[in-house]
Amino acid sequence: MKLKGAQILFRALEAENVDTIFGYPGGKVLDLFDELFRSHVKNILVRHEQGAAHAADAYARVSGKVGVCMVTSGPGATNTVTGIVNAFMDSIPIVVLTGQVQSYLLGSDAFQEADITGITRPCTKHNFLIQRVEDIAQTVKDAFHIASTGRPGPVLIDLPVDIIQMEIEEADLPVVTIPVEKSQTPIVEECQEALTLLARAHKPIIFTGGGVVLGKASQELRQFVKQVNIPVTSSLMGLGAFPASDPLWLGMLGMHGTYYANMAISNCDVMLAIGVRFDDRVTSRVDAFAPNAKIIHIDIDPVTIDKIIQSHVSIIGDCKATLRIFNELMATGKYNMPAGQTDNWLKRVAAWKEEVPLGYCTGENIKPQCVIETLYRLTEGKAIITTEVGQNQMWAAQFYRFDEPNTFVTSGGLGTMGFGLPAAIGAQVACPDRLVVDIAGDGSIQMNIQELATAVNNKLPVKIVILNNSYLGMVRQWQELFYGKRYSQTDLTGSPDFVKLAEAYGATGLRADKPEEMEAMLKKGLNTPGVVVMDFHVEPEEGVYPMVRPGASLNDMLLK
Amino acid sequence: MTKIKEKTVSILVNNKPDVLARIAGVFSLRSFNIESISANVTKDPGKSKIILTTKGNQDTLMTIEKQINNLVDIIQVSDLTKIPSIRREMILIRLKVSTANQNSIIQVVEKLHGRVLSKEEGYWIVEVSGDVDEIDAILARFDKLGMDDFTRTGTVALEQIA
Ligand SMILES: Cc1ncc(C[n+]2csc(CCOP(=O)(O)OP(=O)(O)O)c2C)c(N)n1
Repeated sequence: MKLKGAQILFRALEAENVDTIFGYPGGKVLDLFDELFRSHVKNILVRHEQGAAHAADAYARVSGKVGVCMVTSGPGATNTVTGIVNAFMDSIPIVVLTGQVQSYLLGSDAFQEADITGITRPCTKHNFLIQRVEDIAQTVKDAFHIASTGRPGPVLIDLPVDIIQMEIEEADLPVVTIPVEKSQTPIVEECQEALTLLARAHKPIIFTGGGVVLGKASQELRQFVKQVNIPVTSSLMGLGAFPASDPLWLGMLGMHGTYYANMAISNCDVMLAIGVRFDDRVTSRVDAFAPNAKIIHIDIDPVTIDKIIQSHVSIIGDCKATLRIFNELMATGKYNMPAGQTDNWLKRVAAWKEEVPLGYCTGENIKPQCVIETLYRLTEGKAIITTEVGQNQMWAAQFYRFDEPNTFVTSGGLGTMGFGLPAAIGAQVACPDRLVVDIAGDGSIQMNIQELATAVNNKLPVKIVILNNSYLGMVRQWQELFYGKRYSQTDLTGSPDFVKLAEAYGATGLRADKPEEMEAMLKKGLNTPGVVVMDFHVEPEEGVYPMVRPGASLNDMLLK
Repeated sequence: MTKIKEKTVSILVNNKPDVLARIAGVFSLRSFNIESISANVTKDPGKSKIILTTKGNQDTLMTIEKQINNLVDIIQVSDLTKIPSIRREMILIRLKVSTANQNSIIQVVEKLHGRVLSKEEGYWIVEVSGDVDEIDAILARFDKLGMDDFTRTGTVALEQIA
């Protein structure tokens, strides 16, 4: 039997257990989209290719599988680039399938030609330009392997139209080989060294990052912390790996971290850093970051080791395997801390917690933090939260208390406005029975607002909570603090009426202006079936605190 | 922290059209210059060896080396500055020749175990190779002898089996 390139591609996707992709058609991918009629794979038709990439990204974060998107050549492909960089920065496994002009026209400025492998070379883990129909199946196999193993990341496959139209005898297809796993170097000795160091600590802290979530190591982490009784803080990307309801939880650290997490980091003597890359939003001034600490750094990517923070013990390994070894070693009883060694430290940490808890003042207007607190209460902490970027994102991280991994979906590394809504769509596809809420700003939500149509038409009942402050709030906050309150181009007066906009898309729109309306409306919105846009008009000039000024050390925080 | 150092690395790669671009990308992202490069197929025609020299801050070079190692089509990266190895360059030099300098040229070429490859009217092309540390001295010498232009290969290098 003869098989067409497009058919081989979809068979290869099916072999990777792909059931849903996010895509948008065009001239060079007609054959691929036609194949949908014959395949089990279902496409969610987005309204912009950036949305497809973000949806695939969030789908991957929530499901733990590889997310897939499929777009046409030229502008279709270039529209995914922000989404690809976003996935690259946050190490999210996605496979992006792009159409391409005929292979014999490559480099000729043909209609809708873009050198997408060239463009995405620095922001993919790897990319492929398929040159022979025989290579399609193997390339898909390799792409999924590369995307999902080691430090995960996006992989792009560029598919010239003549190759996907080409036919080949099934019998002539080469056998697909399974890529070999890179062998892991044994790490038991380093683990012993790490635990010996930790057992001597008087002021220890555990700092976890996205690697724990991506490495599915949350259970192992919880088990370890139970044995060692050490306070835990996390980067934005690591939220949920350790339960926020645990008394040892310190909240997020960094620029908008809690007072007590930042104080603990600044005063600790041993730091166990797991699955982190010491991003500048976390460290702020590097030479003042945990200045007195011996650092144990666990990460799967050797590049992150000693790149920003010099470690005393480094373990190159995946978080789950490493923490398993930690737990086995702890079970031997050889690495227990002498009783009482950290008592003073735990008291100190508790005192910091009491001194400056996370908080805000109530007033005449709805407080954005209060909206999130109420959302947390009403959903009992069980919603999957996606966010846009800016103040809304930071308040979500501070005031929604995540107890489970893969329930907080946010653009950490790139800080991409417009991520939250398509991300909510991807998350809802991955978990049809969960409540998915996008916490948004009035600026960000307008960056991919067209995806409301995707949500409505695919019956994906995402809820959107807009913290509408009529400003590009986070930028306004910097202008307030560092540019003499000169609000240059951050006033968003003149935004559309979000209630009418929601209705125009076939969604439900609700609006609240007063604190006393807030909770009832939130309840109503969450209980209304289908897509709901909740427009909360909040205190326009509220700020996110604590805040570590750029370049300052972590213990030097603006608290109000 | 900011010790500037020269480094020669040998990179064994799958022989794919974009592999050089990927390696170059890692350098350019950090604004690092590749000082010299030479590449060719190995005994196994599916694999190429790239010898590359660069200069810069040691810590960053270490990160770059690890980043290159992370690339998909890279098989092995070895730092030849850390292991005993022979590092050589070849130069082709065009000289303006007259009766006045002709004999000196022949003498120098012989001393350096080089060869005169072409003798067109008034212009000769000679070939010499040398240890990378000698190349600048060799060029200075020919400069005095009427060097018109030259081309140098990148460093080629091979580990010594200790
Ligand atoms: C695509 C993109 N453009 C610009 C920025 C810079 N930026 C960061 S936060 C922010 C303001 C966001 O405003 P809004 O969505 O209303 O959220 P708020 O901070 O008010 O909660 C801007 C413009 C960005 N992060 N992403």
